[in-house]
Amino acid sequence: MKYAFFPGCSLESTAWDFDKSTRALCGALGIDLVDIPDWVCCGSTPAHSSNASLAVALPVINLQKAQAAGFSEVLTACASCYARLRTANYKVNNDPAERERAQRITEKPYDGDVKVRHILDVLVNDLGVREIRKRVQSPLKGLRVASYYGCLLSRPPEVVAFDDSEHPTCMDDLVKAAGAQAVDWPFKTECCGASLSISKTGVVNRLGYRLLSMAHRAGAECIVVACPLCQLNLDFRQPEARKSGQGVATPCPTIPVLYITQLLGLALGLPPDALGLDALTISADAIATAAAVGR
Amino acid sequence: MNAVNSTPVGTVSPKPSRQIEWADPAFLREVERRSGAPVSACFQCHKCSSGCPVGPDVDLLSSQIMRLINLGEKDEVLESEAIWACASCEACTARCPMEIDIAAVMDTLRMMAVERKAALPGTRGSSFNRAFLTSVRWHGRVFEAGMMALYKLFSRDFFSDLEKLPKMLAKRKLSFLPHFSRSARQVRKVFRRAEEEEKSRSGFSETGPVPQERTQEKSKL
Repeated sequence: MKYAFFPGCSLESTAWDFDKSTRALCGALGIDLVDIPDWVCCGSTPAHSSNASLAVALPVINLQKAQAAGFSEVLTACASCYARLRTANYKVNNDPAERERAQRITEKPYDGDVKVRHILDVLVNDLGVREIRKRVQSPLKGLRVASYYGCLLSRPPEVVAFDDSEHPTCMDDLVKAAGAQAVDWPFKTECCGASLSISKTGVVNRLGYRLLSMAHRAGAECIVVACPLCQLNLDFRQPEARKSGQGVATPCPTIPVLYITQLLGLALGLPPDALGLDALTISADAIATAAAVGR
Repeated sequence: MNAVNSTPVGTVSPKPSRQIEWADPAFLREVERRSGAPVSACFQCHKCSSGCPVGPDVDLLSSQIMRLINLGEKDEVLESEAIWACASCEACTARCPMEIDIAAVMDTLRMMAVERKAALPGTRGSSFNRAFLTSVRWHGRVFEAGMMALYKLFSRDFFSDLEKLPKMLAKRKLSFLPHFSRSARQVRKVFRRAEEEEKSRSGFSETGPVPQERTQEKSKL
């Protein structure tokens, strides 16, 4: 299996461990990723909040580049890039005026026929959970994991969803394939505050506390995510998020927040170094050790 | 705001009711045209507000914003903090029974607020957008350290998150060297054309400072 890969800006900086673990996992599973040559930023939330034409044109540049490189499918790991690329494609496909404008701005033809896929979608629907289970070498027996999908993989369903938009289960299936226990919890698609992380940190800490404490109350020992902003807000900002809940509600212990690619990598027997586990603020070394010795 | 878990999930904190009079009827038409969303179809079911993650933090709930647009309350809507507190999670859009793309309406409102300068330069949300897009315009990709410096400059919010810097560096999450795309030149062109497109549709468009080589000062030299 071969896909054009769109890493995106986050995977070059704050989420370098998502990049590393995605490549390591795909390598181990025989999924061939070829970076889109000279890819550019998808524009993310600032583009669609500021300029509607730009929000379509930036993703389209990347889809044109993938097409020029001979690919019909683009794979992304970042949930935000995924949503922006899908949305641009949706607009180009459903609105002739948008298509014409995008072509006018980029000065190149594009008909919306490059498919955009998320790594979760490819793992579950192209490779298959059964196939992944077969390759698990260090099952994470007994580890209770809350799968957190967030907004951008779920909404709006007609544009981005490859799973149920209110109650997705694909990541839970992967968690089970890794030998761990998928915790049922109600905040699977609640918002973490995303890029408000910088402009309204207090809001993000409040939302982070809600998510962390709910995962804890549901019995989770760790949370898995598939979005750089979810990870940053829940892991990097976790000390402040936990503090924001002090005195108001039940105290919440530290909870490691891993990328699903890191968790699967551990189950497949990949070394923690190859998965960038040292980038986590809340250490997941205990999980890695348990996987290595077999729980 | 100490709303953490004190309110059960899904409840909406009551906001005081007020007297509203019809103000600017053209406002509704403009919002509908630019967002493509039928705001006038809103029948105040409050589903959007119930699912809104920032509900407890804002001055206006999304259903109230829909109502105010219908009443033509342009100033109150465009000057509200709420449009900058929206995290674009799209829960409102996904759940609206009338299929109003409320998240797209919020995008439109943010653009209109910037256009009439109501939001500039102080609002942190618009400063973040400008800083982010300036970085993309210059490098083709986001250069986090540069973007954060610009954000602090635009927002005058100099001290937040400074204590986070050592941790960022230790975890190799922040680099002081920009990531360049070799398509940066193409991206600048696309920015220019996208701004022209929006200008022809709305009469205004600005996503942030343009790179040195294209500024007026340079051409004067």
